[in-house]
Amino acid sequence: MRRSLILDVSVRLLYPSIIVLSLYFLFSGHNQPGGGFVGGLAASSAIALRYVTGGVDAVRRSFRLRPWTILGFGLAISVGTAIVPVLLGGDILEHATLKLHPAVLGDVKVTSALSFDVGVYLVVIGLVLMIFEAFGDDRRHEMAMIEPPARPATTVVEEYRPLDDSRSVPGDRGDPS
Amino acid sequence: MIPLLLIHLLIGSGILLAGDRLGRRSFTVAAIPAVATLAWLATQWSDVVGTPSVLDADGHASAGEASIASIGWITGLDLDLVFRFDALSLVMTLLVSGIGLLVCIYSVGYFAHIRPGQSRLAGLMTLFAGSMLGIVWADHLITLFIAWELTSIFSYLLIGNDDRNAQARSAALQAIFITGGGGLALLLGLIIIGQSAGTYRISEMFDSPPSGTAVAAALVCILLGAFTKSAQAPFGSWLPAAMVAPTPVSTYLHSATMVKAGVYLVARLSPIVATTGHWRFLVLAVGSVTMIIGGLRAMRQRDLKLLLAYGTVSQLGFMMLLFGTGEYKIAQAGIVLLLAHGAFKATLFMLVGIIDHQVGTRNIRELHGFGDGWLPVKVMAVIGAASMAGLPPLLGFIAKEKAIDTYLEYGDFAGAGLTLAVIVVGSILTFAYSARFVLGVLGVSGRPGTEIRSRTAPPPELVFAAPAGLLTVFTVVAGIAPIIISDLTKSALLGLDPAASPSTVKLWSGFNTAFMLSLLIIAVGTMLAIFRTRVAALQTAASRPLRRIPSTEGSFAWLIRAIDTSARHVTRIVQNGSLPMYLLVIIGSAVLVPVVPMLTEFGDLPSWLDSAIQLPIVVVIIASAIGATLIRRRIAAVVMLSAVGFAMAALYESWGAPDLALTQFAIETLGTVLFVLVLRFLPTRFVDLAPAVVRPIRLMVSILVGAAIFVFAIVSTNARSDVADESISTEMIERSEPDGDGKNVVNVILVDFRGVDTMGEITVLLVAAVGAVALARGSRQYDDEPLESSSTEEPVG
Repeated sequence: MRRSLILDVSVRLLYPSIIVLSLYFLFSGHNQPGGGFVGGLAASSAIALRYVTGGVDAVRRSFRLRPWTILGFGLAISVGTAIVPVLLGGDILEHATLKLHPAVLGDVKVTSALSFDVGVYLVVIGLVLMIFEAFGDDRRHEMAMIEPPARPATTVVEEYRPLDDSRSVPGDRGDPS
Repeated sequence: MIPLLLIHLLIGSGILLAGDRLGRRSFTVAAIPAVATLAWLATQWSDVVGTPSVLDADGHASAGEASIASIGWITGLDLDLVFRFDALSLVMTLLVSGIGLLVCIYSVGYFAHIRPGQSRLAGLMTLFAGSMLGIVWADHLITLFIAWELTSIFSYLLIGNDDRNAQARSAALQAIFITGGGGLALLLGLIIIGQSAGTYRISEMFDSPPSGTAVAAALVCILLGAFTKSAQAPFGSWLPAAMVAPTPVSTYLHSATMVKAGVYLVARLSPIVATTGHWRFLVLAVGSVTMIIGGLRAMRQRDLKLLLAYGTVSQLGFMMLLFGTGEYKIAQAGIVLLLAHGAFKATLFMLVGIIDHQVGTRNIRELHGFGDGWLPVKVMAVIGAASMAGLPPLLGFIAKEKAIDTYLEYGDFAGAGLTLAVIVVGSILTFAYSARFVLGVLGVSGRPGTEIRSRTAPPPELVFAAPAGLLTVFTVVAGIAPIIISDLTKSALLGLDPAASPSTVKLWSGFNTAFMLSLLIIAVGTMLAIFRTRVAALQTAASRPLRRIPSTEGSFAWLIRAIDTSARHVTRIVQNGSLPMYLLVIIGSAVLVPVVPMLTEFGDLPSWLDSAIQLPIVVVIIASAIGATLIRRRIAAVVMLSAVGFAMAALYESWGAPDLALTQFAIETLGTVLFVLVLRFLPTRFVDLAPAVVRPIRLMVSILVGAAIFVFAIVSTNARSDVADESISTEMIERSEPDGDGKNVVNVILVDFRGVDTMGEITVLLVAAVGAVALARGSRQYDDEPLESSSTEEPVG
């Protein structure tokens, strides 16, 4: 596999920045453009960059939790936010606001809608991780994608690469075996 | 009442959860709810039964107070679980819990060598008992329906408990198909009469009986439910088939309790609706046919259990004849018959179970009499069968005598004479098959040449035989001294029809016509028993031309096969495996159904351009869209589509919707990446293998979709401008800050105003993610074993 140094280095810089940006979207979303959905999508783009440089293993390394755990956790947070007010005798999704006055940051308003948004954020990330897990975990095909075959196939039948590489075109350089 | 139902639920589920750990002790545990119910019943007895023998000043008898319990469910729709415990419910509870308790004790003997999975029966029987109590206690029609369906489901599970036995599975399926189908009709009927009566409470329907044109049809539906449940002709085939279940189950469900649910429903509704529509005619006609056919078929059986099953069918027809008339005097005979039948049929079933268990056969050809220690069994069999045949001084005699007597005296409706004749003929047949049963048990019908096992079979242990003994004692004592059940049946009748004036139940009522007819029944029945071989030959000869008519069992099997075949045909047409065809159907309906009606709303076009910057953006969009259709490389086409998406984001921004633009931008980025992820599995170029004729069709569909989206966009935009003044979006903008504590309206809508929608959407995301992984992983597995999968896969053609 031929890795692009420029891509590698720039992703190392970009990845944390995009994650921070996504968190900003998440937390500021209630008053400015953003929100859990957009934040989650932004974080997912960062994950996609990781995937492009290092394949699905790099994606797995960046998250300690398995995708389905994140997904389920996110849904649990959102549903929990919706249900807790009911248990306390209110309406479903009734929100509460907490106004804090920390010393440095000035006035901060925290609404329970934020935790709902956190759930949405995690669900979106979990979904994307799941898709990478589902369609991106085949190492041999990642190679094939990154490094196209040297001889472009002329007919359809040869060009078609089934998932099982043992039947693929001989001489395909993308085949690591 | 409600705590008792909960006890049934808890103990039943507990036994199921315990699995095989309890062994046959599970039946001892299952006896607890029955004992609790009986204890509660004893405390209620004097209140509910009251003193029906004491007449008030007007000469009216009155029963005790019914006790009522209810749980609110959907109170706004008048949909509550309402239970009412009157004397008729008490009689039925006595059957359900009394026989239930005895069956539990009996099961401890029957399952002496219990096999894995059989202790499940105890749990299911407990749950069934709870549902059955629900039926007989229900006052609200919907409550009754729920309990009714539960009994069908538990009956299915009980019949099919031995799930490795194909016969048991098919019998269980047949039972649930027939009773479940009847249940659907029942629901329809109950809703119609509930709506037309203005109340769903049975006890309130006396004052406001259902009326209106739909009621006649509703009653037919209700009768369908009752007939299927009580195995009436032509729906009776499931009951004999259900005899593959272990004998305790057959004793409990298919003789003593569940099959009486239909009779019970007819009994409850008859005083209210007997003269409405075709109720009385239908009940009498179906009951008559069932009574005769059941009797005739019982006379032909060699299997003692099947003999009893057909006998039960016949007796259920008899009960229909007594309850369906709406004449309370006749109904009282029905109540006596309920008790009598419960006692003798349960006894006989238990005895057949004992014989089957000890000897290993229940075929009368293979029984050659029993050895020492079997005397109690033989005595009980003779007494039970005598009660079934209607011999004095047993309870069965009193029931039949009262039935004939009341029919003679009060049968002044059309068809009463014919029905009486049917009852007499049916009773003769009952006598004949009772005699066949006794002769079979005593070993007279045994054939030489078969293995003689019965003489050396060990007699049953006490716990095994005692329940049948108790029921036999009841049959005899209540027969000799019917005064002990007299008050009970009177109050039960008053529960059915408060205006009734019940009569005393007596063993001896003089040399009247009824007694003469009883003598006739006994005489002719004895003749049939003596000349049984000739009668059998005659029956065989007479039934020969009838063979041409398809039997109900055969028609049922044919119906199931026909459903299977037509389902296969429909699937072959609808799911033909062609993806372009699926797409065409989906897109076609999406375009035609909502968009075509919109054409009438198609109004003014909005202004073409709002600002100069939009012009280059639109040019990019149009150029990329056209490019995407022309280009041959898949990856390039995807890039073109992404260009459309990004340009759309710019367009949103130019209209001042940064939130929308941001979301569109992020979605487009990610969408492209994921697209590429999947594209690796596809050829790099589009290859159109479709014939040339198909391509213009595709082009047309594409243009149609584009046009439809255009119409949709214009119409929905105009729809909003029509109501701009009090538009919901204005209100949302106003309320965002004070109510949602956020300045970003879009986000406040997502997480607050429409938060529940968002919750639903992320749940869909989760399901989609799981589906995607399953799909991808599943296809991987398919690829790992290409040979195996391709051989099992049916070619799609």
